[in-house]
Amino acid sequence: MSLSNDVMLEMQRRMLRIRLFDERASKMLKRGQIPGTIHTSIGQEAQVVGACMALDKHDNMTGNHRSHGHPIGKGSALGPLMAELVGKGTGVCKGKGGSLHLADFAVGSLGESGITGSSIPIAVGAALSAQVLGDGRVGLCFFGDGAANQGVLYESMNLASAYKLPVIFLCENNHYALSTPAHTVTGGRIWERAAGFGMPGVCVEDGQDVLAVYEAVKAAVDRARAGEGPTLVEVMTYRFREHAEGLRLNVDYRNADERERWTSRDPIALFRAVLIDRGVADAAAMDAMEADIAREVDDCVKFSDASPYPDAKVAFEHLYTDAYETEALQ
Amino acid sequence: MTYIAAIGAAQREAMVADKRVIVIGEDVEANVYGTTGGSKSRAEKGDFVQEFGRNRVRNTPISEEAIVGASIGAAMTGLRPIVDLSYSSFLYMAMDQLVNQAAKNRYMFGGQGSIPIVFRSAMFYGLNTGAHHSDRPYPMFMNVPGLKVLVPASAADAKGLLRQAVDSDDPVLIFESVPLWGSKEEVDESEYRIPFGVARVRREGTDVTIVGISGSVPQAVKAAEALAEQGISAEVIDPRTLVPLDTRTILESVRKTGRLVIAEPAHRTCGAAAEISAIVAEQAFDALRAPIRRVTAPDMQIPFSPALEAGFYPTADKIVAVTRTICGNNAPTDL
Repeated sequence: MSLSNDVMLEMQRRMLRIRLFDERASKMLKRGQIPGTIHTSIGQEAQVVGACMALDKHDNMTGNHRSHGHPIGKGSALGPLMAELVGKGTGVCKGKGGSLHLADFAVGSLGESGITGSSIPIAVGAALSAQVLGDGRVGLCFFGDGAANQGVLYESMNLASAYKLPVIFLCENNHYALSTPAHTVTGGRIWERAAGFGMPGVCVEDGQDVLAVYEAVKAAVDRARAGEGPTLVEVMTYRFREHAEGLRLNVDYRNADERERWTSRDPIALFRAVLIDRGVADAAAMDAMEADIAREVDDCVKFSDASPYPDAKVAFEHLYTDAYETEALQ
Repeated sequence: MTYIAAIGAAQREAMVADKRVIVIGEDVEANVYGTTGGSKSRAEKGDFVQEFGRNRVRNTPISEEAIVGASIGAAMTGLRPIVDLSYSSFLYMAMDQLVNQAAKNRYMFGGQGSIPIVFRSAMFYGLNTGAHHSDRPYPMFMNVPGLKVLVPASAADAKGLLRQAVDSDDPVLIFESVPLWGSKEEVDESEYRIPFGVARVRREGTDVTIVGISGSVPQAVKAAEALAEQGISAEVIDPRTLVPLDTRTILESVRKTGRLVIAEPAHRTCGAAAEISAIVAEQAFDALRAPIRRVTAPDMQIPFSPALEAGFYPTADKIVAVTRTICGNNAPTDL
């Protein structure tokens, strides 16, 4: 598959955005500037961006627990995302959602979910909408190897297959459901389960390769748009950080060899080398891109810092579309 | 027109009026319960599949969580689904989607988007269908901020409330009382809507307020008629919607009568009757001349045998007996 230089550079840019945003968020969390916990996508950027870049801006996407990468990959502006993590009124969800529940409808991001597997049928519903209205959009849901064992996935795959809905089920297999190794709680291979629902299942064994992910997901998107129904794509990847930062996890459940094997395959470093090797950009241009993104992240923090916390009355807004409850409940 | 026909009429009106409205659920194509067509025969005029096509009339697998979840996603992206969940006991299968997605998404996402969706389900209590098909779970959902909860008790209300529900941009749960499906009432054939949060005063009175919920409303009306013959003037109020609840009408009535009885077919603990009792105790305690009394189903699972199930739900006789205990008649009661 030949992609234009612009598209490939945009892939690297979005991967860098996720990396630098999450690294900054991690620091801010440690300093107490971000409340609660965060789940970073560091190490999984190729899988997120490869999938998101296979979609159009108007296509719909739902995310999961590992939650900042997806909207960034889909093209969200960083400022409102960072403000949301801090709990500011300018946050993309006005401070109501936080790290686990980012959504940015402007780029088709219909929301992350704190309940494992819960957002899967939402993307199926977006695909149902597209089918009924005939608007040509596809839906994509991200879920982890942990969610792969939730029943709702199979209800959703069955419904999508029966209706031939334009949806892509994307399993980001990072090998651990919190501390539990996927292979100890998962019978068989996840992608092979597609066969039981009469849909294609594919596995991207090297989920650190953004082009490989893009290619697999693009084929599924083309299939969906052509009216041929859903596809299950499993992508093998790894999270470089802890499941959740801010949680006190006192066990070391991953061995050093495994960690080294994966972290030596940093998706951003790998793709930088590909871009230079193919003559898309030279090292200086790549450094400049990284500096640009670092500035973007600085700016998003400045935006968040300069934003006020929401007024307390905001807690009573947005439950319903009409106002009756707001007054009644206060 | 019957209650069930009124629901079918409202669905048809809504589907004709707006192409974004779809009906989705188990067995909706075959018109099993009579809400998606004029007759049981597809060949006859009036069948929803013939009229609107399978794109908008969606038979589903038996898969409640996916049906509800997909409908939520569809509602967030441009459709206005009417989800037929048939027996309300099946709502539990989709609890995560109803509570964690339908009720929370708009709030969690800071008002981005809305979820214009109607969940219909029927309460088959009193019909010897056993514990897995007899639930009246509407009070559980009153406890979930973000949902609206309707309990129509008559044909005209069922039609007007369902039309309003389809127009609502929020998720609305409608609990139908199957014992009332066959009940008839004059129903306006033209389009009309009944706003949420407006109670219907079924009968005016001065001695006691009887609030009836869902299938208990006709029983409360019957009770009021019997009480009138005994010299007790009862006002009967049907809130029609529990979220939002028309507390003003209930409080004004209690301030006038000084007495309150609430009848509902749900379990006693944390039911609508408990909530209404608390509201009245908090806001109109000074007007009360007698203790508030509840007539509800017991906190017991529903047994199969007619000999065991009979007697579980509020009847006119029970409502009369309980009402008399707070209206000066000291006849003992163990209800």
